Amino acid sequence: MRSDTIAAIATAMGNSGINIIRISGPSAISIAEKIFVSKKNKKISELKSHSMVFGTIMDGDTPVDEVLLSVMRAPNTYTTEDIVEINAHGGNLVTREILELILKNGAVIANPGEFTQRAFLGGRMDLSQAEAVIDLINAKNKYATKSAVSHLKGNISDKIKELRELILDNTAFIETVIDDPEHMSFDGYDEKLIGDLDVLEKDLKKLIDSYDNGKIINEGVDTVIIGKPNAGKSSFLNALLGEERAIVTDIEGTTRDTLVEHLSLDGITLKVTDTAGIRETSDIIEKMGIDKAKEAAKNADLILYLVDSTKKLDDNDKLILNMLKEFENKVIVLINKIDVSNPEDVRDELKSLKCNYPLVNISAIGGIGIDEFSKKVHNMFFNGEINFNDEIYISNERQKNCLQNALNSLYLVRQSISLNMPEDMYTVDLIDAYTELGNVIGESLEDDLADRIFSKFCVGK
Amino acid sequence: MSCNIEENYDVVVIGAGHAGCEAALACARLGLETIIFTVSVDSIAMMPCNPNVGGTSKGHLVRELDALGGEMAKNIDRTFIQSKMLNTSKGPAVHSLRAQADKKNYSQSMRNVMENTDKLTIRQAEVAELIVNDNVVCGVKTVSGAVYHAKSVVICTGTYLKARCIYGDVSNYTGPNGLQSANYLTQSLIDNGIEVYRFKTGTPARADKRSIDFSKMEEQKGDEKVIPFSFSTDPESVQKEQVSCWLTYTNEKTHDIIRANIDRSPLYSGKIHGIGPRYCPSIEDKVMRFKDKERHQVFIEPEGKYTNEMYLGGMSSSLPEDVQYAMYRTVPGLENVKIVRNAYAIEYDCINPLQLNATLEFKKIKGLFAAGQFNGSSGYEEAAAQGIVAGINAAMSVLGKEMIIIDRSQGYVGVLIDDLVTKGTNEPYRMMTSRAEYRLILRQDNADLRLTEIGHRVGLVSDERYEQVLNKQKLIVSEISRLSQIKVGAGKEVSDFLARHGSEPLHTGCSLAELIRRPEIMYEDTVELDPERPEVSYDVAEQININIKYEGYIKRQLSQINQFKKLENKKLDKDFDYTKVKGLRVEAMQKLNNTKPLSIGQASRISGVSPADISVLLVYLNLK
Repeated sequence: MRSDTIAAIATAMGNSGINIIRISGPSAISIAEKIFVSKKNKKISELKSHSMVFGTIMDGDTPVDEVLLSVMRAPNTYTTEDIVEINAHGGNLVTREILELILKNGAVIANPGEFTQRAFLGGRMDLSQAEAVIDLINAKNKYATKSAVSHLKGNISDKIKELRELILDNTAFIETVIDDPEHMSFDGYDEKLIGDLDVLEKDLKKLIDSYDNGKIINEGVDTVIIGKPNAGKSSFLNALLGEERAIVTDIEGTTRDTLVEHLSLDGITLKVTDTAGIRETSDIIEKMGIDKAKEAAKNADLILYLVDSTKKLDDNDKLILNMLKEFENKVIVLINKIDVSNPEDVRDELKSLKCNYPLVNISAIGGIGIDEFSKKVHNMFFNGEINFNDEIYISNERQKNCLQNALNSLYLVRQSISLNMPEDMYTVDLIDAYTELGNVIGESLEDDLADRIFSKFCVGK
Repeated sequence: MSCNIEENYDVVVIGAGHAGCEAALACARLGLETIIFTVSVDSIAMMPCNPNVGGTSKGHLVRELDALGGEMAKNIDRTFIQSKMLNTSKGPAVHSLRAQADKKNYSQSMRNVMENTDKLTIRQAEVAELIVNDNVVCGVKTVSGAVYHAKSVVICTGTYLKARCIYGDVSNYTGPNGLQSANYLTQSLIDNGIEVYRFKTGTPARADKRSIDFSKMEEQKGDEKVIPFSFSTDPESVQKEQVSCWLTYTNEKTHDIIRANIDRSPLYSGKIHGIGPRYCPSIEDKVMRFKDKERHQVFIEPEGKYTNEMYLGGMSSSLPEDVQYAMYRTVPGLENVKIVRNAYAIEYDCINPLQLNATLEFKKIKGLFAAGQFNGSSGYEEAAAQGIVAGINAAMSVLGKEMIIIDRSQGYVGVLIDDLVTKGTNEPYRMMTSRAEYRLILRQDNADLRLTEIGHRVGLVSDERYEQVLNKQKLIVSEISRLSQIKVGAGKEVSDFLARHGSEPLHTGCSLAELIRRPEIMYEDTVELDPERPEVSYDVAEQININIKYEGYIKRQLSQINQFKKLENKKLDKDFDYTKVKGLRVEAMQKLNNTKPLSIGQASRISGVSPADISVLLVYLNLK
C-alpha cells in the first residue's frame, strides 16, 4: 500500500520496566535486521511469523540494549503490514536511542494514530472500530474497557444499523407511494409512521442517556466532597486510597486549581476534583464561599456531604443542607466518626431538617462503611448493576452529538405530521436522521469524518 | 458498399426521435453545420407509445429542457389537446405537468421547426458505420456507402437498432409502428469496442373510439387553467378547448384470462430475451407481480384530434392477438372494443451507459456522443433531456469550449444522466421522483431559475430571456424580504381577514410572511392587508408562496446539497489506479477502476462501492 515504514514507541513513557517500539511497513524486517543481533545468530528475515527472539540492539559495534524482538508478517498483523516489535529493557533514554537508530536506518516516525490508520486502510477495521480503539486506549477502568471492546466488536453498529433500517423503510415507502400512486397510498400511513417514530425516539433517547453512563464509565464520576473543617475529608480520601483502591491516574493539569484524583471504587472511577485542595486544607465552604461550592456542586455527578457525628449540627450545616436542595438526586451524606460516637443522634437531627438523602455511616479512620458507600454509589449510577453484556453505551461526545442531531430530525418529522405537511416533505428530515446515524458508525459520507476520528489518536497507536 | 458521395459537417446526429431532434436543434442553433439522419422523414419526433408528454418527474425534465433552450416544451404547448397539473394535493416538489398530445400534429410541428432551422440538414438514410480514427470519431457512412465527415457524432437510435416487434407467435424485424429498423450500426459499435445490451419495452393496443362505451368510465378532464410547459409560452395562448381522457379498470376476469394464457406470452415463454422496464410494466407483468391487486387502472386516451384511435394506457402487452381481444373485452366500456393496432413488445440494441462520461461523450471515443433510449433509458422526456445535453456538448466539443455537466443538485436532467453513467442500468431507465434526492429544490416550477443560466452561457438562451429570469429572481427575493418586514397587528381588519380564511386569530402582531406561512393563507389572499403590494405574475406569486411556506425544509435541503457539493468537489484523477488502495474491497476496486469516477461524490454512487470504501479512499488520498 504505502511504501514507507513507520516506527514509534508504543508504550506510554513512564517508569515502566519495559518499553515497546513498534515498526510497521514493507521495510520493517530489513530495518530491524540492520540493528539487531540475535543471541543464537538467527536471522530475523528467516524467522517464522509471530515468533520472538532474544538478542542485542547494536549501534554499529556498540551494544545499546538487550531486547526481545517479535516478528509478525503481513497480512495477519494489526496494520496488515510487516511488523517488528522490540521490547526494550533499558528505560526511557535507551528506548529513545533505539527509536533514533531505527529512524536512521530508513523508517519515518509515525504520526499519531498512524498504526490504526494503516489497519483501517488495510481493511482490518471500519471507522467505528477504529474509534473504539481510541476509547480502549483511553479506558480508565474495567467497565470502560468492556464498553470499548463491545464497540470494537460492533455491538453499537448493530443497534444503529437496526434503527437506520427502520428509517430507510419509511423513506422507501414514501418514495414508492409518490412514484406509484396507482398501487400504493398514504392512507393510515401517518399513524404507522408515528408508531415507528415512537420506537426510534425511545431507542435514540436511551442511547443518548447512556452517554452519561458511558462518560462516567470512561471518565469517571465527577465527585465533590463538601463538609465543615475537621469533618474528616482527608482521612476519608485516604481510606478510599488505603484499602488498595489505588489512585488510577495522578495529576492532569499542573495548576493546583485543577488537581484531580481518580479513585477506583469497585470498578467505578470517582473523579474527585479537589478544586480547593480539600485534602490538606479546610472546608470548601469556608475557602470558596457558598457560591463557589454551589458551582462545583452543579457540575458534579456526585456530591458527598461529610458530617462529623461527634458534633451537633450548626448553622454552617444548615447552610450546606439548604444549598444541596437543588441537587437532590446526586447527594450522599456520609456520617463520619461512628467509631467514637452514636450516629443515631445526627441521623435524627438530619431527618428533622428534612434531609432525605441516602445516609451512610462510616469511620474514615477505622475503614468502616466503605463497602456500604460503594454499594450506594453503584446504586446511584447503574441501578446497582453494571451489565455490559446486554447494554450498549455511547461513550464519546461525537457519537452523542450525531445521535442528538438524528433525534432532532425525527422531532421535525413529527412536527411535519402535526402541521399536516404533505408526506413527501417528511423525507427531508428522515434522510437527515438517517445520515446522522450513519455518521455514528462511519456509514455516511461526511468528507472529514475520518480525519476527525483519527485526529484523536496519540503517537504509537 | 461504396459510392463517391462525401460531405462535410460539424455534427452528425443519427436518429430523429425526441433525443435526436433536441441534439440537432441545439447544434444548429449554436451555429454548427448539422445533419440529422432518419430512416423515415415522416416519423420525425414520432410518439410510438403513449400520446402524452410530461407526468410525474417527466414533467420536470421537460421544463428543465426548456430552461436550457430545448424545443419539446414549446412543441407540446403548440400541439396539446389536454393538460393537467398532477399531484396538486401533495407538496410542490411532486407537482407535475402532463399534457395529451395530438401525435400527428406534434410530429408535424417538430418537423416544421427542424425544416426551418438554419444550418440543419435532414436526410433520410440508414447510417451503417461509424468512422473512428485513433479513438476520435470522424464521421459516418450510410448503407449506400456515402460518407459524411464530422467533428462530432451524436447517436440517438432509440429503439431502432436490430429492432424486433413481438406479440404472441408473431415477430417482425421492424422498428416501432412497422417502420424500418436499423440493422448495421450495432456491428460497427461492437467493432469499435462498445458494449451492447438488448432491452425490451412495449406498448398497448389502439382501439376505435366508436367501439368504446364511455358511459362506463370516469371522465378525466383537463385543468380549467392550463399552465404551459415552456416558460416562454404566453399563458393566454394555451387556454383552449380540451378533449377528455377516460379511466376504467381491469378486474378478476381480465386477470384470469392473462393468467390462463401466460405461457403464450413471449415474455414468459422465453421468446423475448431483452430486459424490460420494471416501472413501466406490461399488464401481464402487473398481474403476475401484484397478485393481491384486484384491479389495475386503464386510461383511455385520444391519439389526436383528427383520429378515432384511442390509446389503452396501462395495458401494454405482448400476448397473442386472440388473448388481447379477450382481455381487453373484460374491461368495463371495452366489451365490444375493436382493435386498430395490436399491442406489442419491442426488442432493440442499446449500450451499457457506463461507457459514457456525464457529458454523454464516450469515454474511449472522442467526439462521439449518445442520448436517449440508445443509452438504456425509456420515455420521450428522458430521451429529449439527454438529447439537448448531448447536443450542447457535441457543439462545445466542436467549438473547443467547456462542456456542461448538470449535477444532481441542479436538475432531474443531472440525476438522470448521473444515474445512467455512474450506476448504469440493467433495464430501461425511467425517471422517477424518488431518484432525485434534492427534489424539494428541483421543482418543476423553478426549473427556469435553476437552469436558464446554463442555457444562456452555452448560447441557446437569448440575452433577453435570461434578463427576464434574473429580474424574476430579483423580484421574488425582494418581495419575500418586504413581506417579512411588513407587520400586521391583531386589530379588527386582520381578525376579520383571518376569520374569513378559517385561520386562528392573532394574539400579537406578526409579519405578513408569517401569516403566509400558515397553510390556509396564500400570498395572493393577503393583498388586502398590504396596500404597497406590487403587481406580480402568477409564477412569481407561486415562488413566493412556496419559499415562505416551506422555508425550513428548503433550508435543510440546501444544507444537504452543501454536503453533497463538498464531496463532488473532491476531485479524483481519472487515471488513478485503485488497486493501489489495499483497504478497498475487491469489488469496489474493480468497479472504481471500470468507472474512473471524477469525484469522491460520484465514486460514492457507484453500486458496489460502500461508504466504508469511500472513507478508506478519503483517508488514503488525504495521506498523499
